[in-house]
Amino acid sequence: MITENLKAIVDELSLFDDALEKYEYIIELGSLNADFEDSYKSDKYLVKGCSSSVWLYCTEVENKLFFHSDSNAMIAKGLASIICKVYSGSSSKEILDSDVKLLENLNLSEIITPVRQNGVASMQRYILKFAKDFEDGC
Amino acid sequence: MRNYKDDFEFFKNSDNVYLDSAATTQKPYSVIEAQSDFYKKYCANIHRGLHTLSNSATKMYEDARALCADFINAKSSKNIVFTKGVTEGINLLAHSLSGYKTVIISSLEHHSNIVPWQLSNKNIKVIELDSELNIDYASYEKLLFENPNSLVSITHISNVFGNVNDAEKITNLAHRYGCLVHIDGAQAGAHIKVDVQKLDVDFYTLSAHKIYGPTGVGLLYGKFELLEQMRPYQGGGAMISDVSFESSTYLDPPLKFEAGTQNISGVIGWAEAIRYMNSLEFDEVILHEEKVYSYALKSLKNLNDIVIYTDAKNLKSALSFNIKNLHHEDIGALLDKQGISVRTGHHCALPAMKMLGLDGTIRISFGIYSDEDDVNRFMMALEKSIEILRRYK
Repeated sequence: MITENLKAIVDELSLFDDALEKYEYIIELGSLNADFEDSYKSDKYLVKGCSSSVWLYCTEVENKLFFHSDSNAMIAKGLASIICKVYSGSSSKEILDSDVKLLENLNLSEIITPVRQNGVASMQRYILKFAKDFEDGC
Repeated sequence: MRNYKDDFEFFKNSDNVYLDSAATTQKPYSVIEAQSDFYKKYCANIHRGLHTLSNSATKMYEDARALCADFINAKSSKNIVFTKGVTEGINLLAHSLSGYKTVIISSLEHHSNIVPWQLSNKNIKVIELDSELNIDYASYEKLLFENPNSLVSITHISNVFGNVNDAEKITNLAHRYGCLVHIDGAQAGAHIKVDVQKLDVDFYTLSAHKIYGPTGVGLLYGKFELLEQMRPYQGGGAMISDVSFESSTYLDPPLKFEAGTQNISGVIGWAEAIRYMNSLEFDEVILHEEKVYSYALKSLKNLNDIVIYTDAKNLKSALSFNIKNLHHEDIGALLDKQGISVRTGHHCALPAMKMLGLDGTIRISFGIYSDEDDVNRFMMALEKSIEILRRYK
């Protein structure tokens, strides 16, 4: 599931040669993401390490995890949507067994700054932590 | 009309609209060549060697000191301590200057004029600002009255909003209350003709890289009698007159503050940057910069939903703004993708941002080479960025 999700996004991103158009697509993805409940906009769900505010939480349906995110900045919101999309719909085991370097396939380093790359890495760490907590029954 | 861009190789190699000169300026050809020539033709250490190359390097280094002294109208090159930049200059002061417990700063200071005082366990008192983000002189005098014999340490130009402080007035008032004064000239060196004797400041700091010189070099100006009283900042070679296992004695200022091998090529490069500045008609430079700044301000004010934080009369170098309901980082990123370099964020002035209730701003800042065409291209890209973001808001 994770690999398929990732491939779909990589394919979509590869349609844009122009960096500005790629950004616009990322922003559009964020704008389409409306499944975040505002009650989760608290320090508990704030992803540390992002230059803007990003909140991220997890829900579970039939042992599959779904990730939800929001941000006060539109590009960060789009990037968070992408990362959530990659991991959503998978089991905690699938998430924990996945290659931690798989996000490199998104080639984000070509379009976003090292600071934003750190932010993306932080989001990924939060997702892995949610999966680990779920696996441990926390 | 002279095109200053012709003096900078960067603009031959890049079509970028560079509006981040408050972070660092581009360098003229002569600066790059001088640094390169030093390593290619006469690289040697200074002050210690007796051979011709070392003497030659020492002469160039000390000539640069004299040039720096002239640049800010210091009495003598003995007033000039070479540092890594303003940050090191302030850290040197915080470490070496004694006899005061309190430092009076403004609300708009860069972290480099806050953290060193905290590290040296000084009390910090903060001057309030008026509605245009200028120093509130009633608040300043109250602090001076309550804290006589302190150190006043204030920026000459705000790196965030561009407000120019009246360094002469700040100094005169401080001296009435027995306070010493340090002015942080990081943003001023390229945009104001600094005269430390006229200002009567006790200390003044500069960073070369913000005045068309290399990174990693700067200066601390100090009145000689004060430099004499101060303890050395670091110990090592080149700053001693005698060393035994029991104790050491030090050279006179400024050398007692320059332990170890200095950034020789950086200092030599900076001398070329000053020669470049000296070759220009400074009044023309000021006029040109004022014209570009006013044009940018006027253009921005025509935008809907623009927030500019000050309407002060005397603004230079930096201009901060936001667009209502849009995040500064989103604007900055989209500008970047259109070839426009601006700074976004807190600009190393978190207390000022918190005071104004801001996460950050978009800052454009100018160098001698910035022109109206840069502003036009920036404005087009800004309008496009806003249009994209609004489409998905």
